[in-house]
Amino acid sequence: MQTDLTFSRPMRLLFLLPLLVVFAAFWLLPMGALLRISTGEHGGAYLALLHSPRYLQSLISTVLLSLAVTAVTIVLSLVAGLFLSRRAFPGRQLLIAALTLPLAFPGVVVGFMVIMLAGRQGVFSDLTQAITGTRSVFAYSMTGLFLGYLYFSIPRVVLTVMAAAEKLDASLEEAARSLGARDWEVLRDVTLPALAPALLATGAMCFATSMGAFGTAFTLATDIDVLPMVIYTEFTLNANMLTAAALSLVLGAVTWTVLSLAHTAGAQSAAPSA
Amino acid sequence: MKLDAIDITLQGCAKHYPNGHRALQPTDLSIGAGETLVLLGPSGCGKTTMLRLIAGLESPDAGGRILFGSDDVTRRSIEHRQVGMVFQNYALFPNMSVRQNIAYGLRIRKAPAAEIKRSVDELLALTRLTDFADRSIAQLSGGQRQRVALARALAPQPRVLLLDEPLTALDTQLREHVRGEMDRLLRQLGVTTVYVTHDQAEAMALGDRIVVMSAGRIEQIGAPREIYHRPANLAVARFIGTISQIDGDWTEQGLLCRGGLLPAPAGTPPLRQFWLRPEDAIVVPPELAHLRGTVAQAVFLGERTRLSIAGLSNEPVTVDITGRFAPVVGDAIGIQIRPEAWQANLTYAEAA
Repeated sequence: MQTDLTFSRPMRLLFLLPLLVVFAAFWLLPMGALLRISTGEHGGAYLALLHSPRYLQSLISTVLLSLAVTAVTIVLSLVAGLFLSRRAFPGRQLLIAALTLPLAFPGVVVGFMVIMLAGRQGVFSDLTQAITGTRSVFAYSMTGLFLGYLYFSIPRVVLTVMAAAEKLDASLEEAARSLGARDWEVLRDVTLPALAPALLATGAMCFATSMGAFGTAFTLATDIDVLPMVIYTEFTLNANMLTAAALSLVLGAVTWTVLSLAHTAGAQSAAPSA
Repeated sequence: MKLDAIDITLQGCAKHYPNGHRALQPTDLSIGAGETLVLLGPSGCGKTTMLRLIAGLESPDAGGRILFGSDDVTRRSIEHRQVGMVFQNYALFPNMSVRQNIAYGLRIRKAPAAEIKRSVDELLALTRLTDFADRSIAQLSGGQRQRVALARALAPQPRVLLLDEPLTALDTQLREHVRGEMDRLLRQLGVTTVYVTHDQAEAMALGDRIVVMSAGRIEQIGAPREIYHRPANLAVARFIGTISQIDGDWTEQGLLCRGGLLPAPAGTPPLRQFWLRPEDAIVVPPELAHLRGTVAQAVFLGERTRLSIAGLSNEPVTVDITGRFAPVVGDAIGIQIRPEAWQANLTYAEAA
């Protein structure tokens, strides 16, 4: 054990105090309140959730949407990130800038952009009108949400993949090739295992963000009840505190579970078993 | 285990990079079947580029050709060349065990499971890794990792073994031990081997022949003793071992320098300087010596003492003597030159 040469214990506690106050005020107390409200009436709210097709459906579609967004984001960003980190070509910096620009946009703006693409007045709508004679609109559907979330997630994951790929040891891939491995075998046996911890971590963040995304869903005012929208509706419109609190905790629990699973898996893949 | 040996030929192989840097001047090189050829030179001399050309990790500029036996592999990428490679950092796959690492090349070639097992077991025994077969790479010492890297490269029965500074990452004591082991193994296998190093001791201990390189070109190719005792030019002599310059004026009897007259064998052409290897001087009592100076520095290295002697020439001259001899700085000292040392000096004079 290393000897602690810094401040004395009372001083350290004093320095930690602001953080503890913030933690208590913005996490502990509200969580306690949520827990208290949602478990009122002998936990009836949770039972009601289980028996309500609408809430269950919303939970399932949110999880499925988030999983799909995560999977597609990872695949697209992996390809783009590997390409960008390994190839030098004119316009590379410009392409990276364009790809990561959405980082600057909040979910509301992303939702707005999806409407500009595929809304009733959108580019896609005009295009299909001109070609087929009927307007095709998908901004307010699952497809619109999916695209919005994807657009929101890709820059974050691309940057992580690029950072991880640049740290890869080139001689590992050369060694695999010298042993006869073709491109896809090198990818499968060397590159992906080396990138796995980064992909797991960024994938988990991507999933968590999609689970809780509100701005995009709200802007698109979709027909789909994603969980954050349901919570918002129950709370502000129906003043149904009980259900809103229970749904909030379920959303938190699902997201937290996925994050911690990914964390465990990441730790295992980073330190391969004997 | 015994591998088939083939010869390797490089014809007019040059390499320059898009940024204009010329890593290798047009080069011809023949490597005999089963030979261990060492590419030796300082960093940036082109030795690693040459190795990567043979491996297929780089391709030569237009006009260059690389042949494995009679098989022209110039346009073939590394995965189709059937080479075994050991990298300086070993490049072992961290997500695989020792056994899986060694088996990788055979698994990629879809060899039958029984054959993979037999072959890997044999290599584990050969490299004394049997007890470590199921360990992860992170659990191995540097020397063990080096042996895994070698076993992994040998498993698919490569046509040529390419080693890129394979001992550099080991500490000094271990390096000498592993060097001996590797020498035995390479001779037993009989595989054609190209070995890149910047360490002259390693080159002389392992190489059947040494290729001394500098600034992208080959300076000399020869057996270790030939390179050391009959270097093609001063650049080679300076790179291999230590050498001191003794300046003087030419007379009928030999070279007259500050420390005295250095008698030359009959028929020696006039020289302006004499190049001396540390071991080519014999220390004698000053009154009997050809050359006299004073000890400027004495470094005890265990088996020998390295002296720096002032007063022989403009610059101090380096001389090695037995470690039992313990001169003190300022002592008067006399030296004689071994007659053989004249031979190398004639070569330098011709090359200059």
